[in-house]
Amino acid sequence: MSTITGERGGQASSLSSMLTLPFRFLMGVLNAPMSFLQRRFGIGGMGAVFLAPNMLIFSVFVLIPVAINFAYSLTGGTAIFFDDRHFVGLGQYQTLLTCSDYTTPSTCLQDAFWQSVHNTAFFVIAQVTVLVLVSLGTALVLNREMRARGFWRGVFFFPVLLSPVVVGLIWKWILQRDGLLNAILMDFGFERTLWLAERSWAMFWAIFVSIWAHLGFYALILLAGLQAIPRDLYEAAMMDGTGRMRTFWRITLPLLWPNLLVVIILALIKAVQIFDEAFVLTGGGPGTSTMFITQYIYETGFAHVLRNLGLASAASILMGIVLVGLTALQLGVSNRRARKEAV
Amino acid sequence: MKGLKRLIGGALALALSASVAQAATEVRIMWYSDGNEGEVLQDLVKRFEAQNPDIKVVVDNVAFGIIKDQLPVQLEAGRGPDIVRVVELKSQAKHWLDLRPHLKDAATFEKNFSNTLDWMREDGSNALPGFMTQLTITGPLVNTTLFEQAGVPVPGDKATWDEWAAAAKKVADSQKIPIALAFDRSGHRFMGPAISMGAKVIGPDGKPAVVDEGFKAMAQRIADWHKNGIMPREIWGGVAGTTYKGANEEFVNGQVAVYFSGSWQVAQFSQKIKDNFDWSAGAEPCGPAACTGMPGGAGLVAVKYTKNPKEVARVVEYLASEPVVREFSERTLFLPAHQGVAAKGVDFKSSDPNVKKSLDTFLRATQTADPLALKMQSYRWSGTIYAAVISRLGQVVAGEAQIPDAYARIEDDIKQKVAEASR
Repeated sequence: MSTITGERGGQASSLSSMLTLPFRFLMGVLNAPMSFLQRRFGIGGMGAVFLAPNMLIFSVFVLIPVAINFAYSLTGGTAIFFDDRHFVGLGQYQTLLTCSDYTTPSTCLQDAFWQSVHNTAFFVIAQVTVLVLVSLGTALVLNREMRARGFWRGVFFFPVLLSPVVVGLIWKWILQRDGLLNAILMDFGFERTLWLAERSWAMFWAIFVSIWAHLGFYALILLAGLQAIPRDLYEAAMMDGTGRMRTFWRITLPLLWPNLLVVIILALIKAVQIFDEAFVLTGGGPGTSTMFITQYIYETGFAHVLRNLGLASAASILMGIVLVGLTALQLGVSNRRARKEAV
Repeated sequence: MKGLKRLIGGALALALSASVAQAATEVRIMWYSDGNEGEVLQDLVKRFEAQNPDIKVVVDNVAFGIIKDQLPVQLEAGRGPDIVRVVELKSQAKHWLDLRPHLKDAATFEKNFSNTLDWMREDGSNALPGFMTQLTITGPLVNTTLFEQAGVPVPGDKATWDEWAAAAKKVADSQKIPIALAFDRSGHRFMGPAISMGAKVIGPDGKPAVVDEGFKAMAQRIADWHKNGIMPREIWGGVAGTTYKGANEEFVNGQVAVYFSGSWQVAQFSQKIKDNFDWSAGAEPCGPAACTGMPGGAGLVAVKYTKNPKEVARVVEYLASEPVVREFSERTLFLPAHQGVAAKGVDFKSSDPNVKKSLDTFLRATQTADPLALKMQSYRWSGTIYAAVISRLGQVVAGEAQIPDAYARIEDDIKQKVAEASR
């Protein structure tokens, strides 16, 4: 019996040694260059060695394009290559920023740019506020014991899986002149409404559709935060006879605050970048009432026959500065949270 | 022994054909399709290859977006296909090859396409870079069933824009349809009617001089028609900037009395409307100065970075020959740019009577287009003018700007663009 066990043990060991052979071979092959690199850069320098491939990819696809974009913003003309373009210094920025009254886009040299800045600002404030509140409400509801909880979570998360273009198209079909919404309303005796051709309605729907599309993602982050709150805190509060609202303000909200901050900042960044679903849904109209900064950049740099790449690049750099600010804010918040947790 | 001889003979023949195939020069055509023209081209190319075994033609079918966005970068880098089908002909003219020295019969080629050659070559040049594969012309498409049901006669030759708008309104009111007159949201579409009203567009110095009395007359009408509910707000006012918007779906669904668009819609309308209702192209509406639509279309041009200009010229000359152009037009339902083919008429292959009637009307319209409308195709700043016009008039329609402010902005926008491009 013991012989059989011994044989089986020997077979298992030779099988595992066969399975690990390729890895051992690979390690053997890598050993020489890694030893060389370690001798060359020292143990301290190995971190940089491991980061180098990622930095290379980051440089090729992010840093260099950003640098080229900045270089374009300092040039004028309609040519694509730098050889045929002319250095204009900060001329493009000056064109964008020339304005008698920044609160009235029609007084600006590039009125479309300032209109898009106003629209984006309004969109960001309205969309982020409503999105965060609705996401929080949704997460609170989904966190409760209920029937088919998994199904309801799926329902709210499903739109996140759709491509923004599909989201835009679906809602366009619902909201157009002969769309589903008008058909239903007219069945109930209401007048036909041009949801996407009325200025106030178009912005409302751009915000609504964007919230519908992203709600599930943010609700999921908040739900994870809610589930991390220890149950015993609620049990203790219940035993003390604390009311629901007080429990929410004193326990749920303070402990959910770090997640909520991340949600607010991510939503802010995403809202500033709004383009695809809004472009498909409203095309920036009616007039320019839902034209956002990204659409202005696209129109200026790509949609016109004479492509004004310099102006488009300058606008994108200005937008990039805003996004960097928001990202720094997010990093600051995350770091503060990490430090607090460490303490 | 006999078997061995046959084997050797076969092997020799195979080797010979292989060497010929290897010697064949490859010519690449970058092509996009709106309808069936890609398939028709393949047929024509196969026939060419059979007649010219020393040339192998490869047709790269690509999306229109590739030609619009990627081709300009390739051309700027001194690369690209040998031949390409493009809409942006004038603005990229410096990249086209002059086929004149390589064509067998340059004089005939020039004569057949003389009306449209300036659209694809630089100002003052007499180069022969290629030919228009099809012409398009803007014009009204009429739901004749609705007109008949309403008892309103379709406006005929010499009917004015006001008469067309009034007739469309009568039909819409009587038939309870939501749209009397739809108009593609496009500066190009606007410009034909504006020229009919007397717009001069180009100043004596050759620079754009867009806002004049003729231009204002048409712009004011557009604004008024939107206010009066003759035109629907969601097309011109529905989107921002230069974004194109049409009323195809609404027309196909029988919701539009008159749709001002163009000849390129004919094939798809025939396919989608089937026998749901009768429709037809109408005569070009008139203003005090003209009754003109705006011509346009796509051209097939040789790229000057090709390594095989002689072979490219042979391919282009074959595709531009009268029988080939005739067959291409008949099967694709495109209006021919070949003047000889157009003059003799084209037997468009369609069982739909609406198609033949409409294309004949449009074909006539191409021959009576106003000289200024023709010139706009080869005018350097036409795209800039169209962009400024449509974005600013769109704002007027949406209630975002007053019409005098729009006029000022149109001129400013064009001035800024001209200055930027002239740096």
